[in-house]
Amino acid sequence: MKLNTFISENKSLIGLIILMAAVSFANANFLGVDNMLNILRQTSINAVIAMGMTFVIITAGIDLSVGSILAFAGAICASLIGMDTPLVIALLVTIIVGAGLGATSGVIISYFNVQPFIATLVGMTMIRGATLVYTQGRPISTGYFDVAESFYQFGAGYILGIPNPVILMIVIFALCWFILSQTRFGRHVYAIGGNENVARLSGINVKKVKILVYALSGALAALAGIILTARLESAQPTAGLGYELDAIAAVVLGGTSLAGGKGRIFGTIIGALIIGVLNNALNIMDVSSYYQMIAKGAVILLAVVVDSRGKSNA
Amino acid sequence: MTILLELQGIEKSFSGINVLKSVDLTIRAGRVVALAGENGAGKSTLMKIISGIYQRDAGTVVYNGKEVTFANARQSMDAGIGIIHQELNLLPELSVAENIYLGREPTKLGKIQWDVIESQSKKYLAQLKQDIDPKTPLGKLSIAQQQMVEIAKALSLNAEVIIMDEPTDALTDIETAVLFEVVDELRAQGKGLVFISHRLGEIFQMCDDIAILRDGEMVHQGPVAEITEDELIRHMVGRELSDQYPFVPATPGDVRIEVENLTAHGAKEISFSAHAGEVVGFAGLVGAGRTELAKAIFGENPIQSGTVKIDGKPIRLRSPQDGVKAQIGYVTEDRKQEGLVQSQELGTNMTLTGLDRFCNVLGFVNKASEAVTISEYIEAFAIKTRDANTIISNLSGGNQQKVSIAKSLVPEPKVLILDEPTRGVDVGAKREIYTLINKLKAEGLCILLISSDMPELLGISDRIHVLSSGKLTGSFDRDEATQENIMRCAVAGQTNG
Repeated sequence: MKLNTFISENKSLIGLIILMAAVSFANANFLGVDNMLNILRQTSINAVIAMGMTFVIITAGIDLSVGSILAFAGAICASLIGMDTPLVIALLVTIIVGAGLGATSGVIISYFNVQPFIATLVGMTMIRGATLVYTQGRPISTGYFDVAESFYQFGAGYILGIPNPVILMIVIFALCWFILSQTRFGRHVYAIGGNENVARLSGINVKKVKILVYALSGALAALAGIILTARLESAQPTAGLGYELDAIAAVVLGGTSLAGGKGRIFGTIIGALIIGVLNNALNIMDVSSYYQMIAKGAVILLAVVVDSRGKSNA
Repeated sequence: MTILLELQGIEKSFSGINVLKSVDLTIRAGRVVALAGENGAGKSTLMKIISGIYQRDAGTVVYNGKEVTFANARQSMDAGIGIIHQELNLLPELSVAENIYLGREPTKLGKIQWDVIESQSKKYLAQLKQDIDPKTPLGKLSIAQQQMVEIAKALSLNAEVIIMDEPTDALTDIETAVLFEVVDELRAQGKGLVFISHRLGEIFQMCDDIAILRDGEMVHQGPVAEITEDELIRHMVGRELSDQYPFVPATPGDVRIEVENLTAHGAKEISFSAHAGEVVGFAGLVGAGRTELAKAIFGENPIQSGTVKIDGKPIRLRSPQDGVKAQIGYVTEDRKQEGLVQSQELGTNMTLTGLDRFCNVLGFVNKASEAVTISEYIEAFAIKTRDANTIISNLSGGNQQKVSIAKSLVPEPKVLILDEPTRGVDVGAKREIYTLINKLKAEGLCILLISSDMPELLGISDRIHVLSSGKLTGSFDRDEATQENIMRCAVAGQTNG
């Protein structure tokens, strides 16, 4: 009985373990510390975006604009660093820009009653366009000031042997977990996704909560853009293309329902790791990138089918 | 009399729990059998077995002399068994006619014969004295009218056996009277009817036979004429209910709420006031504007003119947030859509409105003190649940209602609006809710009670206001209020348009 509950509540974790076991049989190098850290680092960007996406999806929304916000924020950050802006200010401004873009989607969704899918689809197109205009279609280098070096370290350095992006991912995870499970705001997020009418009639400021949720998603997308830009020492106008789909996949693999009202931030981390392990495994097994997409899609489909079968039997 | 449908030894278990224990039931042509029992007694399960939605574990169903097993609802419908569900199973986007003929549209060369569908629909609605254009989208109709459409659908099936699961719950007295005429007609035509209702008066008025379920067992079957109301209640609950409405005289305190010339969607220039320690009832037909008035006072229905004062101070009401802030509690009539998040836990639902009580300035929830409050309410309201983590949709209607009331009490309101607090709630739980209302009244809460159950309203209110077509048409003290003078006021505005 208890084992059953554990299994049904941790299907994604069990899936991840099985996947890792299978890959480690196929390739002896897979389980090495270096490769594990590599997977964590590669996962961190998607995981950071997906954690913001988790909030949005729990409110029964969706945010398609995260990939574009990542690119736009990266460009802003690269030019700020290139202008010798102090690191902390550059990072803060970039994150605020991301939050502002997200909040704009939130306002359009709450006050103009536009479907989240449409509002953020529009956001995705317009922000990508703005990025191309701003960068004139060319990469923006972070320049040669000293701040560029510390910016690079921010994205590529290590603390106690752990890559900085992984540490950031863990900090964001702790923060998001706390907000979702221990605060009033978190409760309101769940209530809105569970039933928006009930939430409104319970005296919850639904519009405000939604705007904050999209702002958070935008801020985390901007943070992901910062990490990516720092590692590459430049901002690419086409960065983050299709990242929204990886983020949504991570959230869904983590057991969060697209219908809203249910989900856990821990599940999202596991979901992002499943995608990360899969990418890594297919790479070290020399699978061509064309086949990788097919394999990835198949695994996601399998996971979702197993999950929904479990639900209907319950 | 011909036996249409005979059930013998029906057994059904869900995940190890025996919900029907060797149940027998006979449905005869030209007779109406009442199926009574508390919520959770197994009435709906039994009806779902008859109509093929559930499969029985054991027992036989003999229909027109032949043993039958329906694999799904379609098969039972085709065989001539119509069921009107407690929850409306209609599609709001489609027209009335499309709903009535959904899935069995008459066609000619593959083209739907719209003229046939519409004229036939009109005919069946006319039988129910409903002047509804069959082309109207269903969602535009009131709940009562939608219920009538559901009944028209059953008529259109030409069913031999018609099962009505709480058909009058959403209906006004006038509509109920129309429905009873239709039932009489169907009985005269030799149909076999099953009538499920929590309203005992209707059972005695309408039905020929009665079958009483308690905890999955058939405890009594026989003609209605041979049973008294007290006996019926005793069979249902297994205990005597001496006073159904335990009224406690009021000692009203200060004026708590004053409503002056309030006009909002569905409510016109309404003025009244209510005191601390008082239950003020609101009577009226469905659509009279009682819920609209309640929602205006709570901030959900925008106020066009007029004022609402709490403790003498005017309050601004732009959203339910303002209502909560002004210490108004509102228990909605629609638990599923407006009251509780059905897919989430009992505990988080209960504290949703009053979460601030457990939060520090940064919005962190003190889960320990929250858990204490939740378990206090579970105990005080005798909510039957394993623990605070039970998902709301797994609770019975009565227990959900108690959670709903607790939810509105957690923020410690001064005024509590109860909108149909006993709808879809069994007799035992109803009584518990009345006791609870009395207790809250004694503690000095000002309670506004909206109810379509007249004996209930008369039983527990200190004063009663009557609404009709959005206007206040009458006000009575407890000792002046009778069903007759309330009904006269309730229909007053209707005749003058």
